Amino acid sequence: MTNASMSGERPRTLAEKVWDKHLVSKGSDGTPDLIYIDLHLVHEVTSPQAFDGLRLAGRPLRRPDLTIATEDHNTPTLAIDRPIKDLTSRTQIETLRRNCEEFGVRLHSLGDIEQGIVHVVGPQLGLTQPGITVVCGDSHTSTHGAFGAMALGIGTSEVEHVMATQTLPLQPFKTMAITVEGALRPGVTAKDVILAVIAKIGTGGGQGYVLEYRGSAIRALSMEGRMTICNMSIEAGARAGMVAPDATTYAYLKGRAHAPAGQDWDDAVAYWETLATDEGAVFDAEVVLDADTLEPFVTWGTNPGQGVSLSETVPDPADVADANERAAAERALEYMDLAAGTRMKDIRVDTVFLGSCTNSRVEDLRAAADIVRGQTLAPGVRMLVVPGSARVRIEAEAEGLDKVFTDFGAEWRFAGCSMCLGMNPDQLAPGERCASTSNRNFEGRQGKGGRTHLVSPLVAAATAIRGTLSSPWDLVADGLVPADAIPAELAPAAAPALDGAL
Amino acid sequence: MDKFTTVTGIALPLRRSNVDTDQIIPAVYLKRVTKTGFEDALFAAWRTDPEFVLNRPEYAGARILVAGADFGTGSSREHAVWALRDYGFDVVLCPRFGDIFRGNAGKQGLLAAQITEDDAQKLWSIIEADPGIELTVDLVARTARVGDFTVPFQVDDYTRWRLLEGLDDIGLTLRDEARIAEFESHREPWRPRTLPARQVNL
Repeated sequence: MTNASMSGERPRTLAEKVWDKHLVSKGSDGTPDLIYIDLHLVHEVTSPQAFDGLRLAGRPLRRPDLTIATEDHNTPTLAIDRPIKDLTSRTQIETLRRNCEEFGVRLHSLGDIEQGIVHVVGPQLGLTQPGITVVCGDSHTSTHGAFGAMALGIGTSEVEHVMATQTLPLQPFKTMAITVEGALRPGVTAKDVILAVIAKIGTGGGQGYVLEYRGSAIRALSMEGRMTICNMSIEAGARAGMVAPDATTYAYLKGRAHAPAGQDWDDAVAYWETLATDEGAVFDAEVVLDADTLEPFVTWGTNPGQGVSLSETVPDPADVADANERAAAERALEYMDLAAGTRMKDIRVDTVFLGSCTNSRVEDLRAAADIVRGQTLAPGVRMLVVPGSARVRIEAEAEGLDKVFTDFGAEWRFAGCSMCLGMNPDQLAPGERCASTSNRNFEGRQGKGGRTHLVSPLVAAATAIRGTLSSPWDLVADGLVPADAIPAELAPAAAPALDGAL
Repeated sequence: MDKFTTVTGIALPLRRSNVDTDQIIPAVYLKRVTKTGFEDALFAAWRTDPEFVLNRPEYAGARILVAGADFGTGSSREHAVWALRDYGFDVVLCPRFGDIFRGNAGKQGLLAAQITEDDAQKLWSIIEADPGIELTVDLVARTARVGDFTVPFQVDDYTRWRLLEGLDDIGLTLRDEARIAEFESHREPWRPRTLPARQVNL
């Protein structure tokens, strides 16, 4: 923390500092603040109507030099060198290409080394930096908050607004501290932390708030882990999620293509060092989570708040006090074709999906590869491994990870959003059940009638081996992995359930 | 955008909470590059069920949707608002909205009005007792009235003003163009730029 009282200023949170720094004009009498946007990320799905709006109004795109586009949501992950078969999809991609050409926007198309999921591309290019404002017509823009940026998902009208003005009128927000103290046990990851947070505060619990993730467990995470956590802030209904920048952040950024260099680097770091929440700053709400007792966490229902520890059972809706929540739980179990009381570990899957803006970075692929190396895919199970970007794919191949996955029996694909959202060719068939490292288990999210369990990359890997929802520890029990490969304290019985996890 | 003052129309009860935007419009309909013509996509998965409330003839032509808490959570897709508008809805009444959805609604002339959980329950009961009954939403008074039952609703002052006046956000912001230019003149040189493109092989 920095000490603001020394300089006589009101102590502020990280989020307030970034906001204040970007005030073009302060609102009054209920009018919103006008906030300057440092970086605008664009993709094919939410931009065509915005470009059309500019054309209709005869407006230029104000800052092409603060705008970058990529193709990700509606792209195939096979045969990317051939024309896209689906004509509507092809038209959408071609529309983006034409629009970027016309308005002077830098675009990374299929086949380009920087093509990939928009929230993987920004950080890997070094464009996502501490203390900046980032927007994108995609709710998972919250990912970029991992760098201490204010990163907001926006709708298409706002995309057009940013294109035309490089600003957004935004209402002030409330702040919530999510403090995670302690040390995550081996086998427990950032994904388990954020699934537990959402189960605790609910899908509407973060509404109106910018979340700041704090505490020793967050500080110990890599940038990839922090991105996973911030990514799913939106699943708690939050406007954004942030982590204060530190040495981990700077080490990740240094040397990246668009990171500052030379004197600029020193100046930038000097500014970034001032961003952490001041001692004495007040949050509007605080949630505390104990990292030491966390277990791998998975969802059983049809929203990301419907989750439990992997060692637990499918909850009984009759135990839910709130009538709406109870009805939602009943409906979810019907859709998921699950009975209350079923052990989560007895749930058999058809598909395992390793990918998405939540968990498709090289660290995620390495973690899963370490589990499946030398093992065999469970009979009847299909596994898709989809790197977050072409660069991640190349990095992974340089380490031989592609071979690990294909030897195991998984499919190694080209970069994109893939099976996260049931839009491109990678989809679940009706009734299929999937262990997915993505972010949403909504009805039909991965394909009409498909059933999704959200999991970490480690759980995805262990599940692909055993065919039922599993953690790496279960592989020890099976004799597939030597016991000394996984620390004993990971035993499923070791930890009590989280308070209020349901 | 047309000015919004009052709307009177058939109210449709959607007794579900956590209606995320993937339910309002599944991703397969997001391939289109137009801004209209999404009426067929609204609640597409649920509409295959003939019993789904949207398919019931007594609610044909409904303009006001009364939904459960956490309507419009999840994906930022503005297509969810376009689909509701294209289908004919002018108002959604609900105890709690997804933030991005609510923002998108206000920019497309769809009133996202927040009511209490209790009032949502009462409205559902009244509507279901007399399907096809008309409800009047008054944005000036911030009330929704059905028969002699009136409930207040919340909408932020700025969104209300813009809807009442039918104002275009971008036009409003560009009145401040000089301030934007002034702000830009002070930006630090190390802040990221996408152009010219740089590549480093790590």
